[in-house]
Amino acid sequence: MLEVIIASSIKVVFVLAAVLTGCAYSTYLERKVVGHLQHRIGPSYAGPYGLLQPIADAVKLMFKEDVVPDKVERVTFALAPIISFAPALLTFAVIPFAKDDNVFGYDVKMVLSDLNIGILFVFAITSIGVYGIVLAGWSSGSKYSLMGGIRSSAQMISYEVSYGLSIIGVILIANTLSLRELVDQQASTSIWFFANWYVFKQPLGFLLYLTCAIAETNRLPFDLPEAESELVAGYHTEYSSMRFAMFFIGEYANMLAVSAVGATLFFGGWQGPFVNEVPFIGMFWFALKVFIFMFFYIWLRGTFPRFRYDQLMNFGWKVLLPLALFNTMVTGLIVVKGWF
Amino acid sequence: MTTVSKTVELNMGPQHPSTHGVLRVVLELDGERVVKATPVIGYLHTGIEKTMESKLYYKALPATDRMDYLSPMSNNLGFCLAVEKLMDIEIPEKVKWVRVCLAELTRIKSHLAWVGTHALDLGAMSMLLYAFRERESIIDVYEACSGQRMMSSYIRIGGLAQELPEDFDKLVRKVIKQVAQGIKDYEDLLTNNEIFINRTKNVAVISAADALDYSLSGPMLRGSGVNYDVRKANPYSGYEYFDFEIPLGKNGDAYDRYLIRLEEMRQSLRIIQQTIDGMPEGPYRAHLPGIVLPPKEDVLYKMESMIFHFKIITEGFKAPCGGVYQAIEAPKGELGFYIQGDGTNKPNRVRVRPPSFINLASLPKLVEGRLFSDVVCAIGSIDIVLGEVDR
Repeated sequence: MLEVIIASSIKVVFVLAAVLTGCAYSTYLERKVVGHLQHRIGPSYAGPYGLLQPIADAVKLMFKEDVVPDKVERVTFALAPIISFAPALLTFAVIPFAKDDNVFGYDVKMVLSDLNIGILFVFAITSIGVYGIVLAGWSSGSKYSLMGGIRSSAQMISYEVSYGLSIIGVILIANTLSLRELVDQQASTSIWFFANWYVFKQPLGFLLYLTCAIAETNRLPFDLPEAESELVAGYHTEYSSMRFAMFFIGEYANMLAVSAVGATLFFGGWQGPFVNEVPFIGMFWFALKVFIFMFFYIWLRGTFPRFRYDQLMNFGWKVLLPLALFNTMVTGLIVVKGWF
Repeated sequence: MTTVSKTVELNMGPQHPSTHGVLRVVLELDGERVVKATPVIGYLHTGIEKTMESKLYYKALPATDRMDYLSPMSNNLGFCLAVEKLMDIEIPEKVKWVRVCLAELTRIKSHLAWVGTHALDLGAMSMLLYAFRERESIIDVYEACSGQRMMSSYIRIGGLAQELPEDFDKLVRKVIKQVAQGIKDYEDLLTNNEIFINRTKNVAVISAADALDYSLSGPMLRGSGVNYDVRKANPYSGYEYFDFEIPLGKNGDAYDRYLIRLEEMRQSLRIIQQTIDGMPEGPYRAHLPGIVLPPKEDVLYKMESMIFHFKIITEGFKAPCGGVYQAIEAPKGELGFYIQGDGTNKPNRVRVRPPSFINLASLPKLVEGRLFSDVVCAIGSIDIVLGEVDR
């Protein structure tokens, strides 16, 4: 029993540290990549190549004055950042990050919790995050924040359905809800290590997932809830100091989460060359895949203008939802007929 | 049970990221829909017109830089042409060509700032930095000419502040090359971008009749298909020598105005190419003792020149009685200066027709009944500079 507790604790600390560092360095990555896209060099003062910038940012935010405006609903105002921050971290509890291995004589599962309905858990948890945004918008007592909150909830309703439907295809083919089994199914021993990745069996599903995931994480071109040129900063206009930082980390943790889920569902998670010989290398493949997702997000941000509210809704209901339903239907038909 | 429909009043500005300065728009919103929009101005009022009335003519000039601070040379040109009209000064050919060249560079500079900030308003952040990269090369020309990057005051009454720099030709050719490439980049990023088209097409529409009623000018007017450009309608400073076209829009929406501004930049490049290729030789100032400063070398070695220099600097020159109106096609529209001389060395009245101010008046017409996001797009597509709106 003690061994299990110790092993779990170590894993929790490891994953938490990895995710938080990932969040911090995602901001660095974003600033560097967007910087170079825009003919700038990005952060370069703190440490070599500006590598210490995230730490400097964290220290700065921690020591900033925490301004709470007069007309806020104090309890919800304080809760909102936590609600938006915590679910993003919880997602990582069920995502396998490497091949199971024997460490110091103990068999260790490289996942915090091998939940047999892992994927349902992920989708249930990520949906909670939006409450943080809505409550932040409502409790701030500012009209800009309120509009950001309302936009966020409307956006959530439009995209959650397609988001959920986009992965149904994979689940139908895989016939499991466990993320660990999903990854195992995508293994391939041939030289074509990517042959069994679900992205090839579900290309439309993947594109839908990608689009909805961007909307889900409020990133450009779907960043309407914050839309800095319209709503100043949207739902977090009135937040400062660490409360603001929590929204910020929450956003990046969310990006990492949907990237990790996307990598797991469609790109074989930690699968890659040499995972059987050196199990730990799976961690590297997984990180690489998440990185590519993140890069794509940042690239989009450097390129696209923002949708308008009504166009976003139209896109969600009239384009994404029918496509997702179509994809589900076709996949279902194929699975029933046994063509795979 | 009856439902009560209530609207929300939202104060957009004066501190807001996309009101391009300190414009305040009081919006009455029904959800995201704008019921009523009232622009409130005056937060940047600096009394420039009144200040100019208390200055000698040549000392009033630097104030014009500070109106539309994105296109200082155009303002200089408008004011100088007006004073020259009042004083009936004949300008050397070379000066005319240089002025046209600089005015067109200024047009490009202003449009670059516009395309960057407009795209930023719509969420395309990189465009701002791309546009400012090209703009930098034009600022280099400013700097080489006048030593100033922003408030150049290079165009003076009767000529230019000083001789053109030796590498003027080289710098301007660099601008032409760089901006031509830049415009291609912007086209790639925005013109066929589905999201950009969605955001700007049929947004902030104004019909030709309404545009005329609001007395709009510049791209705002031509976007609605009205062919009026002061450079063609009432050529000044030698614009009749140059070959260029006036792009016209059809729908009068934000997208058409975007296309027009891009095309205007290309046409400006054409004009600049012509001025650079055919630049005549000659003095950089009119020879008018008592009105225009003599060349610096003469001041040092000739007694008469020194006396004139002293007299102009200390007491300026006396303008005749009477009023003149001189309009130029500034980047944002028709910029007019009405100057009334009263026989003294200071103008009795200076009145500016600011294109930004008059174009801004059409904002409620553009946005009422539209969505909140369209307000941002509309303000951007009008292309205002608050320094000029409030003066």
